[in-house]
Amino acid sequence: MIMFTAILTENFIFSRFYGCCPFLGVSDKPSTALGMGMAVTFVMTLSSAVTWAVYNFLLVPFGLEYLKTIAFILVIASLVQFIEMFLKKNIPSLYSALGIYLPLITTNCAVLGSALVNIEEGYNFIESVVFGCSAALGFTLAIVVFAGVRERLVFANPPKAFRGFPILLISAGLTAMAFSGFSGMSF
Amino acid sequence: MKNTIRDIFKNGIITNNPIFVQLLGLCPTLATTTSVSNALGMGAAVIVVLAFSNLFISLLRKIIPKQIRIAAYIVIISGFVTMVELIVKAYFPAIDAALGLFIPLIVVNCIILARAEAFASKNGPIESFLDGIATGIGFMLALTCIAAVRELLGTGALFGSADGTGGVRIFGEWFSPASIFLMPTGAFLTLGFIIAIVQKLQEYLEDRARKKSYEADAIAGGYHETLMKDPETGKIVRKTVKNTPSPVIKEEIIEETADEENTAERTAE
Repeated sequence: MIMFTAILTENFIFSRFYGCCPFLGVSDKPSTALGMGMAVTFVMTLSSAVTWAVYNFLLVPFGLEYLKTIAFILVIASLVQFIEMFLKKNIPSLYSALGIYLPLITTNCAVLGSALVNIEEGYNFIESVVFGCSAALGFTLAIVVFAGVRERLVFANPPKAFRGFPILLISAGLTAMAFSGFSGMSF
Repeated sequence: MKNTIRDIFKNGIITNNPIFVQLLGLCPTLATTTSVSNALGMGAAVIVVLAFSNLFISLLRKIIPKQIRIAAYIVIISGFVTMVELIVKAYFPAIDAALGLFIPLIVVNCIILARAEAFASKNGPIESFLDGIATGIGFMLALTCIAAVRELLGTGALFGSADGTGGVRIFGEWFSPASIFLMPTGAFLTLGFIIAIVQKLQEYLEDRARKKSYEADAIAGGYHETLMKDPETGKIVRKTVKNTPSPVIKEEIIEETADEENTAERTAE
């Protein structure tokens, strides 16, 4: 249930707006979008697990809950660094494709957002990991779908003032409209 | 490099408006603009964080080693965000409820890291502090703009509470609210249209500046100016001929006309 909600009805991008920067930045080709989505999925699943552990085993016992923002962002930043090194060494092709976008995951609100939602909603460990993973899958779905839309956009010929970013936002709006159709389905 | 106060403010609010021109920090922009009150609250929080993190990063810029500067900046920023979060929770519970997680998420707002990296790490503390305030005001104005459009069309009122009730009614009873503007779709559409208007304005201003300089030239030197289409390349060329015994001919490509070409180029990109 958490999974379906996170992927479709409460899609991170289209209903909560987490992760809009990479959403508009990396979505020019479905393949790059897929790579970015996978990287985010990987980081988010791991970070959900790690931040849950950090929060419940480190911050709560010492009464430091108010430091969660700082603690989480540090955990995420170091995770991203680690993944970057790992990819560089083992999967260079994916590394060169994602290259500059990997560090951007640190400042992707989706990752920190999911960690904070986990705490806010009081999920247990398994729920947190499932939520992190499926929210990221929802992110991937959205970004890949939108990359497909965007590929067709290249052939469109909008008025001059709308070229570039505005038309992108408007098509994102229409894609969001399509996704809001899912909100009728309540699980 | 010396920045006057006027330059800093003009740059932060108009020429380099973080949202409309630089397109940074879109997540909170789209999410918190359902009502003007939310937008103002969010804007105020960002101004505080931006100003103080800029100030401290600038003070520490010579101490922080270059390799780990991003991590150091993030720690400083998240420190201030935590402070703001606690203050908002304690004194403005309504705003806290409306903005939800977006206050802690200021940490990952690209605007703040971008200003830290681009400005505070290179400039003195006072300038950085002012830059933080200016950029923050630019952000707040942009948010308020978007929120005003969305709230007005979505509820027919302004300054209402987050659930779309209350506030000052602007439109009369005849207006049936288009609640789609309060939904995510409306956020994307509104921002798209506003940026289109901004681009149009920029284009208009550039055009006017160019025209002015040409007119000045024409008065000064007796220019004769024609627009013509180059038959080979299909580009429009502005041909300027100076009326002197030996004519000086200047050609300038203004715009490529062939749309197919444009499309092809954009595809290649």
